[in-house]
Amino acid sequence: MTDVAVTNTGHSSLQGVRSIAADWSSDQRAFKNVPWGKAMMWIFLLSDTFVFSVFLIGYMTVRMSTTVPWPNPSEVFALEIGGQHIPLILIAIMTFVLISSSGTMAMAVNCGYRRYRRATAILLVVTALLGATFVSMQAFEWTKLISEGVRPWANPWGAPQFGSTFFMITGFHGTHVTIGVIFLLIVARKVWRGDYDRGAPGFFTSRKGNYESVEIMGLYWHFVDLVWVFIFALFYLW
Amino acid sequence: MAQAQAHVGSAAPTVDHEGQEHPIKLYLVVWGWLFVLSTFSYLVDYFHLQGYLRWSLILLFMILKAGLIVAIFMHMAWERLALTYAILLPPVLVLVFVAIMVFESEYVHALRTMAFGGP
Repeated sequence: MTDVAVTNTGHSSLQGVRSIAADWSSDQRAFKNVPWGKAMMWIFLLSDTFVFSVFLIGYMTVRMSTTVPWPNPSEVFALEIGGQHIPLILIAIMTFVLISSSGTMAMAVNCGYRRYRRATAILLVVTALLGATFVSMQAFEWTKLISEGVRPWANPWGAPQFGSTFFMITGFHGTHVTIGVIFLLIVARKVWRGDYDRGAPGFFTSRKGNYESVEIMGLYWHFVDLVWVFIFALFYLW
Repeated sequence: MAQAQAHVGSAAPTVDHEGQEHPIKLYLVVWGWLFVLSTFSYLVDYFHLQGYLRWSLILLFMILKAGLIVAIFMHMAWERLALTYAILLPPVLVLVFVAIMVFESEYVHALRTMAFGGP
């Protein structure tokens, strides 16, 4: 067990479960080569996972326990486009928009590590625009449903719990997207100015700017997309 | 799933201090797959599949999409196992909570049916 010895940032040569045990028992940093900002973002995302898990479990509980029929999401979220009645189409488009924003975000992170400053900034702005598009479509969806009489306590088609869980889950997710868009723009501005090339100190932590910030921003943004995968499957399709 | 990613992680030599550099093509391929999988899940609804077939397909596409996002876009496939397990194991335990609430809702549903004579 002599090769367990690892420095603060070094790598242990152990593999598999043994490497986990070695990392966690090393009496130093557990996440050896992971920058603290990234580790903290992951831990925040883990806590956020629990928040959304509890929302979705609450939704499951009220849907399973009600004796009133559940409204059919396929019909509730259908749209008339050009005289055609297409089920769930708005949600499908929203899904594609958010996935595309995840794609541009991943490319932005990649370009950041390659020091393509302009490409990174442009991709971040594109990601923010796609995110804003998503939020606008969600605002349209809310407006449509509210005008049709959906309230957190009642709706015209069946179980009143439909409205409460819909507004709670999509509202919380939309808030996350909105916050993400704001931070994307802030990070894009920093990239554009070259803060991460010069190592300019950040306004909050004063630590030296680094393209890691783009990856950490990316973790948050992909998480928003990840949550939508679960909402899309469990709320809209189920 | 974590196990499979772990193997990828140990094989990939790209982990380094400066960050994650992977070919752009990888992201484009994953992006394409996410589009395909989303289309599939939409088609499940479009063709009005019902019952266990519908539910299993929805869950399958959901897990595949989530796996791709976490493993590739969020770079979990290349992270150290100590982090991967610390982040991916706790959400799995949420399934215990899900199981508890399934029993609870069935109990409440039975009570409502008996006490209020619902359908």
